[in-house]
Amino acid sequence: MAQDRITAPLKLLIIGGSAGSLTVLLKVLPALNYNVSLSIVIVVHRKNTPDSTLADLLASRTKIHVKEIEDKESLLGGTIYLAPPDYHILFENNGAVSLDFSEKVNFSRPSIDVAFESAAEVYKERLTCILLSGASSDGVKGLAEVKRNNGNFAVQDPSTAQAPYMPQQAVNKLHPNTVLTPEAMIGFINGL
Amino acid sequence: MIEDENIDILVNDVFELYGYDFTEYSKASLKRRISRLYTLDKFPSFAELRYKIKNDPGYLKRFVEEITVNVTEMFRDPSFYLALRNEILPKLGTYPYIRIWHAGCSTGEEVYSMAILLKEAGLLSKSIIYATDINPDVLEKARVGIFPIANMKLYSENYIASGGRLDFSSYYSANYDGVKFDESLTKQMVFSAHNLVSDGSFNEFHLIVCRNVLIYFDKQLQDKVFQLFDKSMGKLAYLALGSKETVKFSSIHLHYKQVGKEKIWRKTE
Ligand SMILES: C[S@@+](CC[C@H](N)C(=O)[O-])C[C@H]1O[C@@H](n2cnc3c(N)ncnc32)[C@H](O)[C@@H]1O
Repeated sequence: MAQDRITAPLKLLIIGGSAGSLTVLLKVLPALNYNVSLSIVIVVHRKNTPDSTLADLLASRTKIHVKEIEDKESLLGGTIYLAPPDYHILFENNGAVSLDFSEKVNFSRPSIDVAFESAAEVYKERLTCILLSGASSDGVKGLAEVKRNNGNFAVQDPSTAQAPYMPQQAVNKLHPNTVLTPEAMIGFINGL
Repeated sequence: MIEDENIDILVNDVFELYGYDFTEYSKASLKRRISRLYTLDKFPSFAELRYKIKNDPGYLKRFVEEITVNVTEMFRDPSFYLALRNEILPKLGTYPYIRIWHAGCSTGEEVYSMAILLKEAGLLSKSIIYATDINPDVLEKARVGIFPIANMKLYSENYIASGGRLDFSSYYSANYDGVKFDESLTKQMVFSAHNLVSDGSFNEFHLIVCRNVLIYFDKQLQDKVFQLFDKSMGKLAYLALGSKETVKFSSIHLHYKQVGKEKIWRKTE
């Protein structure tokens, strides 16, 4: 089976973003190196449009395989996954991801908090979360949970964010060691 | 936060004492729902939550209701309903009568949406819609057919996007903060508790709709439910799933063919 390709447990990077995060993703993703031991999951707030145009857009900018998460899909390394619109994503102990259609959290589905919190306990120190630009308060609680579980986290430098509110909340509440401009984010992720 | 071992303990208690089997549900979802309930109801410790569940059948009701997610909408994913309207119902209309099963119908918004489509296609009077769920309380709400008035703006937009041409408000009468859907829609519905984990096939259907229920099950349980559906469908019957669910990886996929772009499959043999 495909997941037997990698024997060491995978590392997971989750990038959460809201308003103003797309420009960051479009800058960062094309510059990322293929890393077979890292799965990348992107959770962004967006409108529920019928076709997966965002996946196509991101896929056109990177050589790394980009796909929308399917229910119970086992995460593979060297792949960028996109949370589908209108579902939360939850991480299972066995490396799979489940979709969830429960109540919106912070007026959002997918909610960044839900994704971060669920992954925090499963992946512990193998998890890195980055919170990007946004005008929402989503993501900060989740980052706190990542921190509590010894995961790593970083925040987009609010002064570089189109919507600084969300990363600024994280800076104020969690005092992250790693505050990154979009340019610095590239090196940070390639070093994971 | 509730530890994984404790989730297993609760799931076992609930099974032994009350017969509800959540052992093959998504662990990540159970964990999130139980942690949420634990916080909402302000339990001082896991032991207290466990004690309450074991000794208070009234609380068990709340437990089941909170860990099974009941969120639903009318005409959710309008393109799905458009496909039902344009492609599936005309086929079903050629039969002398139509049997439809909504499995995991929650509070019924989806069932009323279906009844509206059938009515507009002139097929409602020869249709029977069986609407089932594990949770008797949501079924009671579905039977009554009263929904929050605040949702009608969204539902009306969804209805129009699904190809609806009438005035959506002609289907209900509004009073206070609720609207009651027309009895002519409810007349063709049969509501009944049915647990997809433990109850068997009870009829043969032309169309089974089971949306956003399987995502709460692990792969093995998903497959068992697919076999139950397969047993409950005649040749050329349709199976409709949620917008992120698929027959593709199941043991029944070989004799199911997807119809168009929506998550609708037709049984080929
Ligand atoms: C998220 S709702 C989906 C409602 C609707 N089908 C929709 O897509 O909008 C999931 C429903 O599945 C029901 N359910 C969960 N486990 C079940 C089981 N074992 N048998 C039958 N229904 C179940 C829950 O009670 C809930 O009403």
